[in-house]
Amino acid sequence: MAKLISNVSPHFSGKRTTQNIMLDVIIALIPAAIASVVIFGLRALLVTGVCVATCMAAEFLFEKLCKRDNTVFDLSAIVTGMLLAFNLPVSIPIWQAVIGSIAAIVVVKQLFGGIGQNFANPAITARIIMLVAFAGSMSNWTSPVKWGKTVYETDVITGATPLAAAAKGQTDSMPSYLTLFLGNHAGCLGETCAAAIILGGIYLLARGVISWHTPVAFIATVALMSFICGKDVLYQLLSGGLLLGAVFMATDYATTPSTKWGKIIFGVGCGLITILIRFWGNLPEGVSYSILLMNLLTPYISRLTRQKPLTGGVKV
Amino acid sequence: MKLHGIKVPHKKNTADSKPVRMTVPKTVTIPMSMHIGKPAKPIVKKGDIVKVGQLIGEPDGFVSSAIHSSVSGKVAKIDEMTSSMGMKVQCITIESDGEQSLYEGIKAPEVTDFESLKTAVKASGVVGLGGAGFPTFVKLSIKDLEKVEAVVINAAECEPYITSDTRTMLDNSDYIFKGIDALRKYMKVSRFIIGIENNKKQAIEKLKELADKTDDVEIHVLPSIYPQGGEKVLVFNTMKRVIPKGGLPLDVGAIVINVTTLSFVGKYLEDGIPLIEKCITVDGSAIKDPKNMIAPIGTSIADLVEAAGGYKCEPRKILYGGPMMGIAVPSDAEPVLKNTNAIIAMDEKEATPKKTTACIGCGACMSHCPFRLDPREIARAYKLDRGEELEKLCVDLCMECGCCSFVCPANRPLVQTNKLAKIKLRAYQTKKKAEAEKEGK
Repeated sequence: MAKLISNVSPHFSGKRTTQNIMLDVIIALIPAAIASVVIFGLRALLVTGVCVATCMAAEFLFEKLCKRDNTVFDLSAIVTGMLLAFNLPVSIPIWQAVIGSIAAIVVVKQLFGGIGQNFANPAITARIIMLVAFAGSMSNWTSPVKWGKTVYETDVITGATPLAAAAKGQTDSMPSYLTLFLGNHAGCLGETCAAAIILGGIYLLARGVISWHTPVAFIATVALMSFICGKDVLYQLLSGGLLLGAVFMATDYATTPSTKWGKIIFGVGCGLITILIRFWGNLPEGVSYSILLMNLLTPYISRLTRQKPLTGGVKV
Repeated sequence: MKLHGIKVPHKKNTADSKPVRMTVPKTVTIPMSMHIGKPAKPIVKKGDIVKVGQLIGEPDGFVSSAIHSSVSGKVAKIDEMTSSMGMKVQCITIESDGEQSLYEGIKAPEVTDFESLKTAVKASGVVGLGGAGFPTFVKLSIKDLEKVEAVVINAAECEPYITSDTRTMLDNSDYIFKGIDALRKYMKVSRFIIGIENNKKQAIEKLKELADKTDDVEIHVLPSIYPQGGEKVLVFNTMKRVIPKGGLPLDVGAIVINVTTLSFVGKYLEDGIPLIEKCITVDGSAIKDPKNMIAPIGTSIADLVEAAGGYKCEPRKILYGGPMMGIAVPSDAEPVLKNTNAIIAMDEKEATPKKTTACIGCGACMSHCPFRLDPREIARAYKLDRGEELEKLCVDLCMECGCCSFVCPANRPLVQTNKLAKIKLRAYQTKKKAEAEKEGK
């Protein structure tokens, strides 16, 4: 008889793997991807494709260079690529998208040790890097394409994002709730269509990939604060990157707390910072910054909200 | 409050297989340590003729256990072998004469009070048959019987594959209640709780029928959430009490006893035949015809599997016990022990562990731990050699149930790290104690 395999128990393992978790996230992002093509035309697909391909290539090459295990097949680079693309305007020059993707994977993720070791969300951080580096093209908003006419039309009509319009008090260019819900307005690729993001969020919840705590705490805080500040609550919830951030980015495993209360604190913190920036900051939108700032606080929140071991000694 | 746990595949393929008594193997190898505590001392020598049920190893010290011959025949050798736990242990090899003639001295024990019950249980050589192997009479050595509010009978059998306890409940239910009768009479306990997972419908029905005839036996049907059969988990779910860290069930007024152990005690009080054979579930992807077998203790796994119909393909991993907490043995020459309730043989596919990848910080390990430990932090503190932090993280609470490793999407060996961390914590505590004593002087 051949030598028997001997390892420490358990000798069974569950069905969940990093790869199928990432696959679930990709599936959850597909409605938003489809929406982005419908709203902004085929160039949306090109931008997403470039970001995904660059992220995968950057991951592969960097790991080869550092002689690390190849993690391209855990699909996390695809998720990063898709999320970054969803945070870019459709008119972004391709070379800038490439640089952003490389920054996400190499600087934010791999330099800190690869999957699970990064302290900040790669897509969010790369977006912020791009906002600083390419301020012009990052705020060059494009109105939705007119399908049926010329899809590949290059001269784009620039339009204000709903939040920018609201911040400037241009009430006449503020879209209706239905338009916001369906996403037929200027904005980043994947953030405009609330319906698609909610659909993805429901899928992730149903599959047990994310828990409700962070998104609900995040969105509820924004709603409550908007109400207190006398702003249009629904308008604040449906515009900007709030839903995309709350569902997909504030629920990233490595960069957010994993206890129930930790998640709630994280969500509330994100909501407060978002409101601060939106209402009193110089920028129209603050979701990315809020998540990045809360990412930095994650180790402290985790320490504060540690789960208490069941040491007993008292009747329950 | 609810304890966390996981849903594991049940794989109770052999629940309907009535145990088959195997033909006596040519030789049996009986280790002197099949229990927690000090190994027994051999009292026979090479060439001696022994009979079934004859004492061959006597308990050495308080926490130890008597060991009896499981066959009749001649002692072929007494030598030291490495056990599957990695310790050197003396083993008595007996060549069977095939007669299985019973030792003359065997007779039903005379039990008149708690003391004589304990003496009888000690003489029977019974240990915790659920898998732990803790000598039962030590568990029963209670100074203050008043403290015992209830006896919790562990019939959860939460490990996948294993059905030997189920068979006990179906085939020997009378003995379980005889055991209960003895405890009621001599220990003056008036509350018995049988904790059983809801995936054993037939056994529940049978036990309910018998429990209806008494007024102090409750059948507590539990959801099939692993690790329902863990001592602390069971006491919590049946009595809503938390056994303190480092404490015993008795600290919260409970005695936990495995259903097969209790059934054995009931039977022993009637016929006086010590623990010499076990009902064992033989299953797994490398087994041709999974079934329950009754095997003499000391039978090699190879002989047992052969008697059960053999391997379907070459086994790549063989376990004592179930897949969640079972111990992988080095070869199938290892003997069946007192506390073996299953032999699981796995084929290449089932046996090969998945590749370990980087932790993605999902927190699943933490949110599934019944005792709410944080295996990620434990692993970190272990790696950084921080004894103090391990103490704070209560790694010594870990029962190694395997939930964390099971749910880990990165397939990290968290149980292994916890085991190592426990050793590190003990070393740290010993050192701390020594230093404190030094300062005290």
